[in-house]
Amino acid sequence: MTAPALRVNGTAVVDTFAEAFAMWGARVIITAETGEWARAAAQSMTGFATSIIGCKCEAGIEAELAGGETPDGRPGVSVLLFSTSAEGVGKRLLERVGQCVMTCPSTACYNGLAAEETVVVGGQLRYFGDKFQMSKVMGGRRFWRVPVMDGEFVVDDRFGIQKAVGGGNILILGRDQTATLRAAEAAVAAMRGTPGAILPFPGGVVRSGSKPKSRYSFLFASTNDAYCPTLRAVASASEVPAEAGSVLEIVIDGLDLAAVETAMRRGLHAAAAAGALQITAGNYGGGLGQYQIALRPLLEPVGAAT
Amino acid sequence: MTLDLTLHTAPAVPIEAEVITPSRLAGLSLLETAKLTVVHGNQSAELGEFFRVAGAAGGDIHVSGDLARVKLVGAGMAEGRIVVHGTAGMHLGAGMTGGEIVVEGSAGDWVGAEMTGGRIIVRGDAGHMVGAPYRGSRIGMQGGEILIFGTAGNEAGSGMRRGLLAIAGDSGDFTGVNMLAGTIAVLGRLGWRPGAGMRRGTIVSMHPAEMLPTFAYACTFRPVILRLYLPYLRGLGLPITEAQVQGSYQRWCGDAVELNRGEILLLESGETPAAA
Repeated sequence: MTAPALRVNGTAVVDTFAEAFAMWGARVIITAETGEWARAAAQSMTGFATSIIGCKCEAGIEAELAGGETPDGRPGVSVLLFSTSAEGVGKRLLERVGQCVMTCPSTACYNGLAAEETVVVGGQLRYFGDKFQMSKVMGGRRFWRVPVMDGEFVVDDRFGIQKAVGGGNILILGRDQTATLRAAEAAVAAMRGTPGAILPFPGGVVRSGSKPKSRYSFLFASTNDAYCPTLRAVASASEVPAEAGSVLEIVIDGLDLAAVETAMRRGLHAAAAAGALQITAGNYGGGLGQYQIALRPLLEPVGAAT
Repeated sequence: MTLDLTLHTAPAVPIEAEVITPSRLAGLSLLETAKLTVVHGNQSAELGEFFRVAGAAGGDIHVSGDLARVKLVGAGMAEGRIVVHGTAGMHLGAGMTGGEIVVEGSAGDWVGAEMTGGRIIVRGDAGHMVGAPYRGSRIGMQGGEILIFGTAGNEAGSGMRRGLLAIAGDSGDFTGVNMLAGTIAVLGRLGWRPGAGMRRGTIVSMHPAEMLPTFAYACTFRPVILRLYLPYLRGLGLPITEAQVQGSYQRWCGDAVELNRGEILLLESGETPAAA
């Protein structure tokens, strides 16, 4: 068991690191006649996108945007979507923009990432227009206008993609479920709105953290028994202190490492301020992920480094 | 660093000065520039017989004077920038593929005829056949942008296949005739028979217009695409109002004598169509 060696606001912080992985990411700007409809499309698009393990992508709402911040001047929502390959991002965007955004009343969908590499989205969705679709080029950028029953669906021909970082995380340990939830909620509130980062799990929090192996041959991931309080007495290498009764994890995906680190820093300090018993991070010994994000440098006050 | 060409002798008959392009003048001395050949009527002449040459090549080219009889300035240019201080003659920027031409005054016929890229800005009025195909050809401009801050003559955007043509004032008859695709935005009034023979493409006007009988009214709606396009034009300096950006537009589909995939969008402003 790793001994806590650091402290923030009375909360023990394990001197360890989060192990994160190389991914590919995209930013999608969804606009609509009202913020409510833009949010409805964004929530649909980011549904069932918690973990690459079962959902083929991870996605979340990055920010809500005022009219002056969107391409067409209407209220909008910024969504980030991640997958393990450039091709995977392209496929998931095509599916989710087509099924979740194009279907939503009054929406339009724009690329929000200036990147060298791109994937075709509108250029594929246009075929839904059954040869009634029209394209418009503006300043070298091509849009497609697909006729739909409430008017037209406008979508960018191509969306930028870039290498990204997935799986940044913090683990919050509390005395009981209520206290741990309170600390996790405080962390999520502080982490949301970090530019370039999203928290893909429900409410930003995951309780079924996993390890990358299983006793069953047909599974490649299973429950993280080392952090299950109920297994403290039987797990071979439990990391749960005797005084801890609940553990929650917050996973962060970001368009770059700095965004993930910023979100982790904000979450760590907020959870500590909200009374977390201990904060640590999930890793696999450093042998799987391309990135190791140490918690120690994140102990600096939020304002000093973000 | 600019190269200044100032008209000192107005030609009695038109001269064809397609040598006035950034790539043609690049690297030339002032003397070499003055000795470039232009066609004066049916004779050959030197550029210096009409223009005083000063400054240095390599940057913008400023052409000054009444150039109404100086044709083909910037024709075929691919890069760089030409600024015309005065009136530009016919065929300005015809066939250009890139770069920018700015005319501080008005321009003659055939502005940007058959151009494929770049941008032409005319602060005043433009003549007929803006962005049009030459006689015998079906395809007009295939890319780039033409912005006319005044009015444009007849057959603006004729045979247009790609690109943007924006006219702040009125446009003449047959705007977008035989249009194949692309976008024409007219902030003033359209002349007679807009979009005649158009296959695809978009013509937008901020005023009512008399539609040909081969155009059919579809609906009135708020096109999201105009919420992108019109602010873009405003960013280029055109006087776009918020009412135009937010407004409802009649959609007319046509031309039924052709492919019938074109559209004319008319801002619903409460005005009645002008008498034919």
